[in-house]
Amino acid sequence: MKRIHGGRRWQVLAVIGAITAAVAVGLVATTASAKSRDDVTLRVSLFGDFGYHDLYKQYEAAHPGVTIKEEIQEYGPHHTQLAQRIATGAGAADVEAIEVGFIPQFTAQAQNFADLRKYGADGMKSRWLPWKYQQAVGKGGAVVGLGTDVGSLAICYRKDLFAKAGLPTNRVQVSKLWPTWQAYINAGKRYQAKAPKGTFFFDTGSNVYNAMIGQLNPAYYNAEGEVIVATNPSVKAAYNLTMSGIAAGESAGLPAFSTQWNTGYKKGVFATVTCPAWMMGYIQGQAPKTKGKWDIAATPGTGGNWGGSFLAVPKQSSHQDEAADLVKFLTSPASEAYVFKQTGNLPSQPALLKSAPVQSFKNPFFSNAPVGQIFANSALRLKPQILGPHQGDIQNASTAAIDRVQQHKQSPAKSWAQFLKDVKNVAG
Amino acid sequence: MARMVGDEVLEQAPALRRRRAARRRLHRLDALLSPYLYVGSFFVVFCAFGLFPLGYTAWMSLTDRNLLDPTTHFVGLDNYTALLHDSYFWNAVENTLAIWAISTIPQLLLALGLAHLLNTKLRARTFFRMSVLLPQVTSVVAVALIFTQLFSRDYGLFNYVLGGVGIGPVDWEAGRVSSWIAISTMVTWRWTGYNALLYLAAMQAIPDDLYESAAIDGAGRWKQFWHITVPMIRPTIIFTVIISTIGGLQLFTEPYLFQPLKNGALGGSARQYQTVAMYLYEKAFGSSQFKFGYAAAIAWCLFLIIVLISIVNYLLVRRIRSAES
Repeated sequence: MKRIHGGRRWQVLAVIGAITAAVAVGLVATTASAKSRDDVTLRVSLFGDFGYHDLYKQYEAAHPGVTIKEEIQEYGPHHTQLAQRIATGAGAADVEAIEVGFIPQFTAQAQNFADLRKYGADGMKSRWLPWKYQQAVGKGGAVVGLGTDVGSLAICYRKDLFAKAGLPTNRVQVSKLWPTWQAYINAGKRYQAKAPKGTFFFDTGSNVYNAMIGQLNPAYYNAEGEVIVATNPSVKAAYNLTMSGIAAGESAGLPAFSTQWNTGYKKGVFATVTCPAWMMGYIQGQAPKTKGKWDIAATPGTGGNWGGSFLAVPKQSSHQDEAADLVKFLTSPASEAYVFKQTGNLPSQPALLKSAPVQSFKNPFFSNAPVGQIFANSALRLKPQILGPHQGDIQNASTAAIDRVQQHKQSPAKSWAQFLKDVKNVAG
Repeated sequence: MARMVGDEVLEQAPALRRRRAARRRLHRLDALLSPYLYVGSFFVVFCAFGLFPLGYTAWMSLTDRNLLDPTTHFVGLDNYTALLHDSYFWNAVENTLAIWAISTIPQLLLALGLAHLLNTKLRARTFFRMSVLLPQVTSVVAVALIFTQLFSRDYGLFNYVLGGVGIGPVDWEAGRVSSWIAISTMVTWRWTGYNALLYLAAMQAIPDDLYESAAIDGAGRWKQFWHITVPMIRPTIIFTVIISTIGGLQLFTEPYLFQPLKNGALGGSARQYQTVAMYLYEKAFGSSQFKFGYAAAIAWCLFLIIVLISIVNYLLVRRIRSAES
């Protein structure tokens, strides 16, 4: 027994020794290789695939010694982690992607990011849509990020349901049906009067409301950076208009991205939905059998946007110059045109939006609608808006407020009061 | 010769004795110190990842630490006073306690019954014993997603079945009590088998002669269950009650994933199923607030609530024992 024990002990010791040796050799090897060359490794942290792989190769070929490492996480965790890494001052990548919903939170702490004006951003300002460029501008005019893509906004509608309800089905006529949001709500009343049983004009009030808010300036914040939700009559008007649509029975009351909402696409429960460019893929994925039943019309009011991102360089990066150069490359007109071809992500630059590849882009799933032209025009029409650090939380609170009414839990007035209380809580 | 050998022995003796004494000392030292060394590794890890965060959270709860603000000020008990007047916090406490009660009590009773059945001479016993553990090995995310579909308002299975008996569609997610029931169902489904196996293990340690003599005395199966089985596995019952109390009051994943939009952790449009852990998350990480000081205060209050309820539970379960025996 004892001898076996002894033997086993030696085996264990030998294994431990071997592991230690391997780790030590590995450490020596990595430090040696890191020291032997004067290379720069740039970490690029994204959420989802931005379609950059070939562009990295192109950039690495043009810049010997630069290696690009991409890290991809999910949308929510990516932004939470970025906030933590910025706050603790360590761990952030050299290039970080930030979605428009989160950009106000980071422009509020512009001191933690490289000011891209230092790298000539202001000289290239005219490349971008004015509102897109403005969204990433922080205190004192510091440019925190450069725009990648935009979501833009249109209205996707079901031709078959419109026909049954006696509304026009041609996309030009449909666009003329709703020059304003009031007209959109009125069209809903017309739809509801002869609607096929169990169908509604729109999916959920909050999507309509957010599209209205997107066109306001000022909306939730004024130029001084104060929260003006309670005192801005336009916000209350947008809320009231949404409420009148809900009261007229136009809303299917399906919370966006819920399972019921997804099923709603399959079963054709709602006739219209506010539609950014990326929603086309979403609808195709959820309801592939509805091909040809959909078409796309212009949004009421003055254009719109939902989604899109920026690339930023945290100050804690030890390769800020190289990272900023990479950001400029990835957001250059050539790169954005390439990404559009690869993934269909809409460019954020007017020259590209007006270019032939975008303008001539059609989508067979949506009755061959000239979606490139529709989305480009919507993005071009939108005016800049002042955003604030708690934009996302205010939007979440407004969604909850509208849902409370749709779920018959509260009256519009009571829900509005609680919304104002929540806003004060979050942003006060 | 004999003398010489004896001399040698005598000469060697002190050295030998010294060596032996040294060895004995070493042995005593070994016996004295090595247990500490063995448990020491645990305590080092525990201090680094358990005790230190605990203490640091306590300190943080006395400050206005915000992840976005580089400066931190000591604010004393301000966070706690604010918390006591925070209606959303009390709403979260109420939701948590309700969901905990709706899930834990049926869960433990079900587990007890299930364990009793599994302890009888069933055919394919191992198969049944293993299958009750299956929910435990499925991922919480998968469980939450599937149950969310089952509880869907328009096309969910539960509403379909209820519709069959004439009960109109329930908007499970929107209602207060209905959302509690939906979330409790997920918890119960996942944890009943686990608790049943714990009970089963304890039941198998009960000597058969107890049942035999009880049977001779004329005790039926039901009486045997209540007067032999339950008292004999009481330590295990206390253990499961404490563990499920801790787990139930920290509930986060199921209600978080039950939300249609996983953007923030509001727990429904009127916060009808926001648990304390979700409220903590909302304050600490929920999109843009990063109020770490306030969240730390919530964490400590949650800790106190758990300790309090665990003590109450322990006393209750113990009281039942003394009453029975």
